[in-house]
Amino acid sequence: MNRYPSWKYILIAASVIIGLLYTIPNLFGESPAVQISPARASLKADQALLGKVEAALQLAGIPFDGIYLDDSGVKVRFSNPEQQLKAKDRLIENLGQDYTIALNLLSQTPDWLLAIGAKPMYLGLDLRGGVHFLLQVDMQAALTKSVESTVGDFRTALRTDKINYTGVSRENLEVEVSFENEAEREKARRLLATTYPDLTYTTTGSGTDLKLKAVPSEQAKKQIEEFALKQNLLTLHNRINELGVAEPIVQQQGFDRIVVQLPGVQDTAKAKEILGRTAALEVRMVTAHGTRSDARDFDPKKTEDALKGIIPAGSELLYSRIGEPLLVSKSVVFSGENLVSASPKPSQQGSGAEIAVSLDSKGAGSMKLTTREGINRRMAVILVEKGKKEVLTAPTIQAELSSQFVITGMANLQEANDLALLMRAGALAAPMEIIEERTVGPSMGEENIKSGVNSTLWGFAAIAVMMMLYYMLFGVVSVTALAINLLLLVALLSMLQATLTLPGLAAIALALGMAIDANVLINERIREELRDGNTPQASIRIGYEKAFGTIMDSNITTLIAGAALFMFGTGPIKGFAVVHVLGILTSMFSAVTISRGIVNLIYGYRRKIDKLSIGQIYKAD
Amino acid sequence: MEFFRIKKDIPFMSYGRLTTTISLVTFILAVFFLGTRGLNYGVDFTGGTVMEVSYPHAADIESIRKAVDSVDLKDATVQNFGTSQDVLIRLPIKKELSIAQLSEEVTTALKAADSQVEIRRVESVGSQVGDELFENGALALLIVLVGIAGYLAMRFEWRFAISAIIANMHDVVIILGFFAFFQWEFSLTVLAAILAVLGYSVNESVVVFDRVRENFRKMRKADTVEVIDNAITRTLSRTVITHTLTLTMVGSMLFFGGEVLHYFSLALTIGILFGIYSSVLVACPVALLLGVSRANLIGDAGNKKSENGEEEIVI
Repeated sequence: MNRYPSWKYILIAASVIIGLLYTIPNLFGESPAVQISPARASLKADQALLGKVEAALQLAGIPFDGIYLDDSGVKVRFSNPEQQLKAKDRLIENLGQDYTIALNLLSQTPDWLLAIGAKPMYLGLDLRGGVHFLLQVDMQAALTKSVESTVGDFRTALRTDKINYTGVSRENLEVEVSFENEAEREKARRLLATTYPDLTYTTTGSGTDLKLKAVPSEQAKKQIEEFALKQNLLTLHNRINELGVAEPIVQQQGFDRIVVQLPGVQDTAKAKEILGRTAALEVRMVTAHGTRSDARDFDPKKTEDALKGIIPAGSELLYSRIGEPLLVSKSVVFSGENLVSASPKPSQQGSGAEIAVSLDSKGAGSMKLTTREGINRRMAVILVEKGKKEVLTAPTIQAELSSQFVITGMANLQEANDLALLMRAGALAAPMEIIEERTVGPSMGEENIKSGVNSTLWGFAAIAVMMMLYYMLFGVVSVTALAINLLLLVALLSMLQATLTLPGLAAIALALGMAIDANVLINERIREELRDGNTPQASIRIGYEKAFGTIMDSNITTLIAGAALFMFGTGPIKGFAVVHVLGILTSMFSAVTISRGIVNLIYGYRRKIDKLSIGQIYKAD
Repeated sequence: MEFFRIKKDIPFMSYGRLTTTISLVTFILAVFFLGTRGLNYGVDFTGGTVMEVSYPHAADIESIRKAVDSVDLKDATVQNFGTSQDVLIRLPIKKELSIAQLSEEVTTALKAADSQVEIRRVESVGSQVGDELFENGALALLIVLVGIAGYLAMRFEWRFAISAIIANMHDVVIILGFFAFFQWEFSLTVLAAILAVLGYSVNESVVVFDRVRENFRKMRKADTVEVIDNAITRTLSRTVITHTLTLTMVGSMLFFGGEVLHYFSLALTIGILFGIYSSVLVACPVALLLGVSRANLIGDAGNKKSENGEEEIVI
């Protein structure tokens, strides 16, 4: 019989209701909003912040439609963009020091829908406007840098254990230590192999020219690369926070690439400047200077000689930001990768400001070792940007320091803030290069949405008319099933919060165009069964059954193509593939289960049917 | 309404010689144009920069060209597209400038020339990305082919799998041939369309093959050619209606979808049109040529008639 058990009707009804609930949020518009989120981990977005924001806006007399708190911070909704901009300026004035103030668009979805997790689809950059960057991390440089620091580590370890060696050098990824006799080399090998087990050791040479060579193991290399990527991701996150973007995306792609997406950002120049900064931070000891007579290594003559070109081996001449020449050692105490945080704060002793610095254990160890013997020496904080080295500051060491210390002497909080920002920005573990850039203007985004939605709707309307004319009532059923398919697809995309791009919108249209195939197959099959002289009820049953196998086969082949697209596609292709695959899945459900359900409701409960309303059946006698 | 009032089965397979010739000629032409003209790859593949800019008034192409030339680019092209206010600028990769700097400099130059310019879209792709796309694209194509062939071999028979794949490749090469002949831009989205066509056009073969298998069971006395002819004839109505509907949708994209979806829907249109043709008139003759028979499909041994069918169609 053409009747479904009641659970099937309930399933269909439930899926349609859920589909509706999750599709609805897409129909509400968006209103301009400002998002206030903490710029530092130590600050929290809480009720107090909400109060502050509210008070600031009320004081300035800027009306707002709503204010609420969520995980990312406080969001304030406005009725027009002018109020939004005014509020943004006002809030930057009041809270800009500690919080990131960003413009945003908030969906006007009612709260009860948000409460069940119903949100509008997540629009890709080509639909909402913004910038997309793909950055390539220079892994070779990360490895070289890491091996370079091993050279210093070796020297320190050998010296501490009083092992005699004649030199340590690096070639590519290989560290070479030279010895004069076998016993020392063996001692060194044992020491280094236990202290630095990540390296693979080999011995070469003969007589008094003995060498111990060390290269990072494959596993260590992988670790270094992973660390470099993670560190860069973190740094990018921090840098982007300075930009004030509402919903930035910073994601790893593959093993050496990072995707950065900044929705709504129009000032691409600034974004690029901040992202593309290939800065690195190095802290080294000052070997001679000519200004602070109370600090050690005060040697104006040596500094002057250096200016004339006489530079002692192991040192180099660098300039500070105010133009002070400094002779600085070439060996690095710690570098950007050891920096955990650098944050500005008001000075504890009266006026001025300082920077609180925090280091990881490796940085802390080496800092301790250096400062223990270096009290009253000066330490240079160097920013290496595109091969140019600049001394940010060269404070005098006051005490033995470890993982936590402060750099004092900044005139005001602004200066401390700038310097801390530069230090943090320098904490890239490896240089990066922008290898792909896509910018979409906001008007373009709107147009893209319009063209995508228009093509879907007009295509759907045309198909609906044709189906209904050709298959009559069964056409109506097919179109209803197709509409439910669209509903379910949109609901699924909203639920998954998959990124919808223009190719994704095209995939929705295409999914509908292809999903209709299943209905045509079924309807044609039923006509055929009627033509062969079967009763209407039997024709419906056999028609659906026979068409089902074909529908399965053809959808599975399409799924295979979709899956391959998803696996190997990037960017627009991936967006297309996600929707394509989901569209096939929903179409299988709607074309088979839902349309059958509707047909069953119409015909399944009638005792006698003379004729099915499926259009004309031609019989060749 | 019913369009198809077919009294007798149409002897499609007896047109084998004709259809195979048509296919062969279009295929060879497509390969020829691919060889001589090559594809006009978009920036996704070649690397480089495309900028779409718009002015509130008719754009002055000459002054834009001058502005672009001031950045010292030799092979930049500047052209109108759509309306007279919209301009498309293509910049090649420049060794000494990173792609990020390049687009920045051009933007500055354009703004200096006419402050009313609106930068609507910038796409910059470094050369290293393009190479990977070729690799991934080829790999995706291969996986799709192998996956579909594997599924069809399992579900039907290897002869069907091979003929469906041949029909499919035929479609892909012909789409590429069109893109080569007209020098339409071959971008990532076009590649996505081609891969989607692969899945779609196999659909078509599957529907016919399904019917062929069913017919082998039902039409005990018919020979292979009759079985195939009947299968094609009986699915003809569905074939034409489905594709008309899908084409309606794709046509709607072509019409309303704007610049970005233009070539995407164009590739789909060609793919669907040739997909109908090839899945019926390429896949079936090839399956016959490979000697598909009742025994292959439903394990009914000792059927001699299939061999007659085979001889008829061998060219």
